Amino acid sequence: MSGVRLLVGTRKGAFVLNSDGSRRAWSIEGPHFAGWEIYHLKGSPSDPDRIYASQSSSWFGQVVHRSDDGGKSWQTVGNDFSYAGETGTHQWFDGTPHPWEFARVWHFEPSLDDPDTVYAGVEDAAIFRSTDGGVSWTELAGLRGNDTGPRWQPGAGGMAVHTVILDPSHPDRMFVAISAAGVFRSDDAGESWRPMNKGLRSEFMPEAEAEVGHCVHRIAQHPTRPDTLFMQKHWDVMRSDDAGASWYEVSGDLPSDFGFPIDVHAHEPDTVYVVPITSDSVHFPPDGRLRVYRSRSGGGEWEPLAEGLPRANCYTNVLRDAMDVDHLDPCGVYFGTTGGEVYGSADGGDHWSAIVEHLPAVLSVEVQDVA
Amino acid sequence: MIQPEQPHAVRVVLPAQLRTLASVGREVTVPIVGEVTQRSVLDALESLLPTLEGTIRDRATARRRPFVRFFACEEDLSHEPPDTPLPDAVASGREPFIVLGAIAGG
Repeated sequence: MSGVRLLVGTRKGAFVLNSDGSRRAWSIEGPHFAGWEIYHLKGSPSDPDRIYASQSSSWFGQVVHRSDDGGKSWQTVGNDFSYAGETGTHQWFDGTPHPWEFARVWHFEPSLDDPDTVYAGVEDAAIFRSTDGGVSWTELAGLRGNDTGPRWQPGAGGMAVHTVILDPSHPDRMFVAISAAGVFRSDDAGESWRPMNKGLRSEFMPEAEAEVGHCVHRIAQHPTRPDTLFMQKHWDVMRSDDAGASWYEVSGDLPSDFGFPIDVHAHEPDTVYVVPITSDSVHFPPDGRLRVYRSRSGGGEWEPLAEGLPRANCYTNVLRDAMDVDHLDPCGVYFGTTGGEVYGSADGGDHWSAIVEHLPAVLSVEVQDVA
Repeated sequence: MIQPEQPHAVRVVLPAQLRTLASVGREVTVPIVGEVTQRSVLDALESLLPTLEGTIRDRATARRRPFVRFFACEEDLSHEPPDTPLPDAVASGREPFIVLGAIAGG
């Protein structure tokens, strides 16, 4: 029977959770890198034993770890994320030009077919690629060098590439999402990039439908329908059916269309999950009830999923990279909270249970299907 | 006949986090040929332990990371220019050069 491995990044270390295909009992390994903030871990789709981990600290900066044995042991690899060429400037909070300054890796996206190739989405917003297992990194400078780059501006949480999607149907096509610039697409393997934000509307900007400046929190794609993208934005849940060329709102009957994560069911391209929180200033679930919302129609109509989740006095949040799905049947759905719980559902979200509680605040959850 | 200069054996004390990262003990001794300064000590330390590159000094600017401090001989040397000679007691190995992280609550 196949199994599932969850890679959990937290404020104070990384944890690896394993279960067999029943997903009833879990082993919990960790903390790895105890005391360190682990922003993100992700495994290679072509070699589940290869895992990349981003360790970040305000004290000691960025460190990258790599495992070649499924998270049992780790080695430190390269942390030189030097921007290519002229550093250039983006907008600072006061509207003045500010040089790009590397802060941390928010997200690793390993190649679909080569375990040594991995992309890193970083703050200040840029994308890097390694083809030697994370030892050395080269910026794909066409993103930061986009005509709109000098107009990008950080939000309160910084200015980061937090989402990287490698299109399985178009090997040269990639999407990134940046807070607070928006979605960008490359059709030439990362050489050049175009903003893809038509249809987005952000009231916090003087020009609400501007080409860039939107605070996109997360985008998700189903591999069998690569031209359809779902987006959780800083207000609004959005959908595109033309590979990001245009977007329309599918918030529908959600109790709040503010949130961070969004993900798609492994086998049903029209089944989408979000976790609404109250507002931009109140980052916990409405009424203190933790509920995942599921749409089975590609957005618009949503149903609350609450069986097994806290029904009262829950004031945690689920961050953008802290939700993922497995590929078993039925599809498993998992998410971690800033309160340190990791919840899982082995039936597509109908029933939930806490896999582990009392971890440090969870920053990321990634799922691996393992033999 | 001119004798080659003997290297200074400079003792460096690392914070717990960096000891774990570099898989070393509390104190590391680095050989320094020539003047003993913050820069020469940290260059030698990073040469000996490459996993520490970027953790004490920012890679892009080579400046001390904001929450890292340098102490020696009961003095805070964090704000000294990187090429200022360190005290003789550090150069001679009688006193260590201490790298530490600033305190923080939470």
